[in-house]
Amino acid sequence: MSTTEDHLVKIENIKTEHHGQPDAEIPVRHVTRRSVLMNIGIGLNALVGLAITAPVIGYVLGPALRKKGFYKSWVSLGNIDRFPNGQTRFATFVTPYKTPTDGATDNTACWVRRLSDTSFQVFAINCAHLGCPVRWFPQSGLFMCPCHGGVYYQDGSRAAGPPERGMFEYQWKLVNGEIQINAGQLPTLSNQASVERKKSCLG
Amino acid sequence: MPRLNINPTKTALDVYGWLERRVQLEGFVKESALHPVPKSTASWWYVFGSAATALLVLQILTGILLALVYTPSASEAWQSLNYLNNHLILGWFLRAMHGWGSDFMIAVVLVHMMQVFMFGAYKFPRELTWLLGVGLLFLTLGMGFTGQVLRYDQDAYWGLGIGASIASRVPVIGPYAVHALLGGPIIGGATLTRFFALHVFVIPGLLMGFAGLHVWLVLKLGINEWPMPGRIVRRSTYVHEYNELAHKDGIAFVPGAVWKDLFFSAAIYGAVALCAIIFGPFGPGGQPDPTIIQTAPKPDYFFLWLYSILSYLPDSLETPFLLIAPPIGIAVLIALPFVAGEGEKHWSRRPVAVLTLVFLSISLAVLNHLGTYEPWSPHMTAWSGDPLPAEKVHAELPLERQGAIVFQGKQCRNCHEVGGLGGQRGPSLDAVATRLTYDQLVRQVLQGGGNMPAYGKNLSPAQTTAIVAFLETMHPLGQEPARNAATPNGPPDNMRGNPLTGDGPAQNVGENHPDSNPKPAPKDQKQTQGQTTSRNTKAGAKPGDTTVSLNTVPALVH
Repeated sequence: MSTTEDHLVKIENIKTEHHGQPDAEIPVRHVTRRSVLMNIGIGLNALVGLAITAPVIGYVLGPALRKKGFYKSWVSLGNIDRFPNGQTRFATFVTPYKTPTDGATDNTACWVRRLSDTSFQVFAINCAHLGCPVRWFPQSGLFMCPCHGGVYYQDGSRAAGPPERGMFEYQWKLVNGEIQINAGQLPTLSNQASVERKKSCLG
Repeated sequence: MPRLNINPTKTALDVYGWLERRVQLEGFVKESALHPVPKSTASWWYVFGSAATALLVLQILTGILLALVYTPSASEAWQSLNYLNNHLILGWFLRAMHGWGSDFMIAVVLVHMMQVFMFGAYKFPRELTWLLGVGLLFLTLGMGFTGQVLRYDQDAYWGLGIGASIASRVPVIGPYAVHALLGGPIIGGATLTRFFALHVFVIPGLLMGFAGLHVWLVLKLGINEWPMPGRIVRRSTYVHEYNELAHKDGIAFVPGAVWKDLFFSAAIYGAVALCAIIFGPFGPGGQPDPTIIQTAPKPDYFFLWLYSILSYLPDSLETPFLLIAPPIGIAVLIALPFVAGEGEKHWSRRPVAVLTLVFLSISLAVLNHLGTYEPWSPHMTAWSGDPLPAEKVHAELPLERQGAIVFQGKQCRNCHEVGGLGGQRGPSLDAVATRLTYDQLVRQVLQGGGNMPAYGKNLSPAQTTAIVAFLETMHPLGQEPARNAATPNGPPDNMRGNPLTGDGPAQNVGENHPDSNPKPAPKDQKQTQGQTTSRNTKAGAKPGDTTVSLNTVPALVH
């Protein structure tokens, strides 16, 4: 048993041990039948381990390895009559790719701007800066973000604040009087047309 | 029947002896407890590491108790937390202990890190101890973030969105990183279970492993001695000098130094419990339904500084900052013990280290403080919720009063304070008339700039006239509004109304009806503004330029 007096911080000794002679009691034989078998054992475990873990990487990273467009499909936002001409309205839809425990998080919001009878713009609710929910103010014709103060004009172009680009837009089409958008994943800079600043200046 | 003659002390010793003969831990425990430490380290400055360990134990215990009830499912997590808060005996208290424990733990870990940095404890031979400590810092922060996600309320939902947005900025692997982080294309059930696994298994496992090794190294290499000016660390002599110090002027760790650790840990436990009882648990906030957008998400306090930085950085610097600064910061922390592994430990001989620490501490404190009231965020309800203070509306003309209504209705208040109410994104407008001339006000409203959106498209000329007439009244009593230097003695700038004589242009400033718009039509107006833009954009702040008003306020040109 060590006593207080014995306790010494040692670090140089590691060096000397490393370079010094090994203990004489243990015979030094580089290759024996047992050491070969041990190495084969290690190799077997490595092999089996690799064979088992490689597919498990797919399990963990699977969601990231889906083909482009896998998650997306056309979702209806309802009859176009819900969206008056010249106005921007709040709309919600249920995301097409779901898991059983998503709960309310399957619901997604967006802003629908109707320009004319057959022309629309559908904006993601997520700010192009860091994804916070953007709110529409019809009185001033601006979208404002509550997080860092990003502001967009009614056409989605950047007006002020930290966003590097205009709002994210969904592709849309009209089918039997309904407006459908191509949605299914959280809009971020990586899946939308990255950074492109719309020059917006009066005149 | 013979009486049983049991001596309790002897029995206990027998049981102990039986166990010890098998586990044989006594020697190690005694050596660890009684190892000598330099007398100077039995100091109140040396208690933060043990306090962080104590808090880790608290977090593990309260975490296990919460896991008895918490349901890591996106559809039920929020309800299970409310159930804990409101329906289970002391459920609220355990949530509060865990929440406050995490806040305390991050604070104590930071203080511990600052202390060992100041005391030069990262120098030879304790480089690895420092590196493990850096790892522990990031693991602790990781626990903080993943823990906030498990709260699974609105803040957690949108906080995940922010995390995904940051990940999406990484070149090439960005899209994969987002989906790997979220466990799918959206923030949903798969996201929560991922973060649950991280928070409950992966990170705590690493944390315990790192913490164990960290403490092991402290035992093996000795606690860092109290630095003295002139006592230089050299690789060749340090260990010998340290052993001299610990043995000649040392005391046994138990009880010589440990009593302070014990006192402080008890105080920390008490403080956590007190905060938990007084302030209660954190949230959960609003339910995690992404279609409820009336929310202003905000991170917990330990990430507020980042939240602040992200709103203050110029947009062009944001992605580079997010992608380059963290690796540089980590590289500096890792390189530190190798670059500065020898030399002086005392702070009075390390001015750069002291200044760095002071600078970082002040920066973090200021950024965190700003993050608590977010002056950069528009106040979304200010336009409808904060009335214009009566004493600020000293408008006498109908036009000016109409201007006040337009001002309120167009959400200017969301970003501009008047009388201390409203957003702080833009400057307070209490005295705007003393800063900007009439022309400059018109230009600023119509064309925006300096981080203000252009309102040209959303204001009729009449509304613009009214709003600027109102802004012209925004000056302290007895302080004249700013005037155009070109016409210092004439009427200010233009045809604006004169409050003294009462004459001024009468305008219809109703909503944007086509027939309430005097000529020219909005399209023409836009073109006219375009022309002025080219001439005046850069001269906006220069006095002496009067061309804007003639063009941009056509309704006023007689």
